[in-house]
Amino acid sequence: VSERAQQLLEIADDELILGWRDSEWTGIAPSLEEDVAFSSIAQNEIGHARALYELAARDLDTTADELAFDRDPSEYLSAPLVELRELDWAHTIARHWLYETADELRLERLKASADAEVAGLAAKMDREEAYHRMHAAMWRDRLRGNERFESAVDELWPYALGVLPAEERPALAERIRRPEVDAVEREGHTDELRELWQEMTMVRRSVPGATW
Amino acid sequence: MVFEVFRQERRGQPFAHAGSIAAPDLEFAEAWAREQYGRRQESEALWVVPRESIRAVHDFPDELNKTYHRVNGYSLKAKLKEARERAGTAAPGDC
Repeated sequence: VSERAQQLLEIADDELILGWRDSEWTGIAPSLEEDVAFSSIAQNEIGHARALYELAARDLDTTADELAFDRDPSEYLSAPLVELRELDWAHTIARHWLYETADELRLERLKASADAEVAGLAAKMDREEAYHRMHAAMWRDRLRGNERFESAVDELWPYALGVLPAEERPALAERIRRPEVDAVEREGHTDELRELWQEMTMVRRSVPGATW
Repeated sequence: MVFEVFRQERRGQPFAHAGSIAAPDLEFAEAWAREQYGRRQESEALWVVPRESIRAVHDFPDELNKTYHRVNGYSLKAKLKEARERAGTAAPGDC
């Protein structure tokens, strides 16, 4: 796997898994309006994953669907932050805010990439992510100082650092205003990922190769 | 707070009422309206307005039935017919 494909897959897996996790709020978000908004954001993330998988699939001579659904859970490159099942709104918003802040740093790097395809896709994604960041920031402003929210941020902070390579972590620490600690790295996966994978690939595994 | 959302479908078209959003402040209202009324590319622009900023105006009495204030107050058709008969010309559709 080329360095480019590896990088694309990391981000694609993050976006797919986070999109899936966020979609678990559909129907049970704190208000009807938030339900629609958060579901829409989840769909955007999955749309980003698709575009990234398509680019990676060309390099790897495969398809986006195969990359998204036919790998073993151990082969996913997602960061543990996005894998956690967080059906608590304080944790969900803490993760959303931490992830979007880290993702912004990552997109800044990709937009400056010498690879025109990667830079172009990053710019397109960033246009949508800007509104995800606005959404995350407004919730964060509202929950800031709230004990449940702040402890969720503390709990998830080592995971958030793991989204980025080591050299970008000081910048994240500066934006989140927390001291850098030992990160939860991508090498390991959470138990939650395997459960999610079972659910996520259930239809595809039930009839291999089916199209509709 | 309730915010009323107006939606412009295409550039240059008038904004039409799309629906309302219950939100704690204008910032939330904007974010929620964006997803509620814009995620499907169905809008060119939105106006998000606190409901309390809207002055509702209603009750337009016309107790004396002043039909001459109304667009349909005069039956032009009948008057035209009379005029044509006086002038001895037929209506354009009749010839």
